Amino acid sequence: MSQEWPLWEIFIRGQHGLNHRHVGSLHAPDAGMAIKHARDVYTRRNEGVSIWVVPSAAITASSPSDKGPLFEPANSKVYRHPTFFDIPEDVGKM
Amino acid sequence: MYAQMVKSEATNDDPEKLAAFQARIDAGEKIEPKDWMPEGYRKTLVRQIGQHAHSEIVGQLPEGNWITRAPTLERKAILLAKVQDEAGHGLYLYCAAETLGVSRDDLTEALLSGKMKYSSIFNYPTLTWADMGAVGWLVDGAAIMNQVPLQRTSFGPYARAMVRICKEESFHQRQGYDIMMKMAFGTPAQKAMAQDALNRFWYPSLMMFGPSDKDSVHSAQSMAWRIKMNTNDELRQKFVDQTVPQAEYLGLTIPDPAVVWNAEKGGYDYSEPDWTEFFEVIKGNGPCNAERIAARQKAWDDGAWVRDGLMAHARKRAGAQVAAE
Repeated sequence: MSQEWPLWEIFIRGQHGLNHRHVGSLHAPDAGMAIKHARDVYTRRNEGVSIWVVPSAAITASSPSDKGPLFEPANSKVYRHPTFFDIPEDVGKM
Repeated sequence: MYAQMVKSEATNDDPEKLAAFQARIDAGEKIEPKDWMPEGYRKTLVRQIGQHAHSEIVGQLPEGNWITRAPTLERKAILLAKVQDEAGHGLYLYCAAETLGVSRDDLTEALLSGKMKYSSIFNYPTLTWADMGAVGWLVDGAAIMNQVPLQRTSFGPYARAMVRICKEESFHQRQGYDIMMKMAFGTPAQKAMAQDALNRFWYPSLMMFGPSDKDSVHSAQSMAWRIKMNTNDELRQKFVDQTVPQAEYLGLTIPDPAVVWNAEKGGYDYSEPDWTEFFEVIKGNGPCNAERIAARQKAWDDGAWVRDGLMAHARKRAGAQVAAE
């Protein structure tokens, strides 16, 4: 009754003050072992100060075909960026 | 290379979709696992990344051979760290392959049954401690030639795995060269061992890049897809040009009298390896093919109770947690 260990997505906080960042995935029987394996596979050279493990099956991803409807609306709203507004030099730094 | 003679799969997809896909690749975009991709692209990548992963895993064996007999505690710790890196590289690559819809067990079984290959280089024996130097210097040096450009390959998970691998690979090559320096500048007996290791690993290292471009039928499609970034001969020439001066520094002789500087082409001339030997090794008739697969098979079989036991334990604990809630 052999069954492959489930897949986990691994997130590492590289330094204090930074976000956890996705670094890859690995197989492990449970969350505790996933952390132990992540230590060995992804932090052999001081790459991290904290590890998150998430079952890959628990992640819902946006579909590539939704790229347009999801992200294009942002393209037409250039006024959301500060550089949209010209401030005269005389006003000083803003 | 670590993936030799990977056959590009023919593809029977909608020409319009294919053109749009090619345009994305030509524009330097990364293809991600959930994106549409031609069936041939997927299959070729599974084969290439799988073969690359298998090479990292089987590549632990020739070096693992010397861990218990390393000359000092420091050398032993370094070699252990290097072999552990190879295991890690195999895992990064298996995960990249799995994003294409194959399972880890499928890949492992394909390796053990001989359906999938690994690099020919790991079918040569490591007879002396100097071989640890030659493997790091030459074999990892040759691997780097191929892996550095692959950081820019079109498939996102493969490219990201290569970035991680390249960061660690340079340690491997330098530790190898460090062993070679120690041996080459040591006693005459040590120097002779270093020369012997170079003699045995030179041509097998050249074979790592795969057959000559004129005999390499699989390149064009893979290069268009940016799965293969350079031709076999380009990389082999680069490797020779890099390695000859390093051998000179060691006071060792490349075991090929044809190695001379060719000012006209701006590189060294060299003799082709024995391609008959290469094809025999690929077919399974190299000096260590049977031993390597037997070792992997034994590790797989002996580990079965651990894999199953941990899974059963995890299930039981998950069940107890549900019952408590």
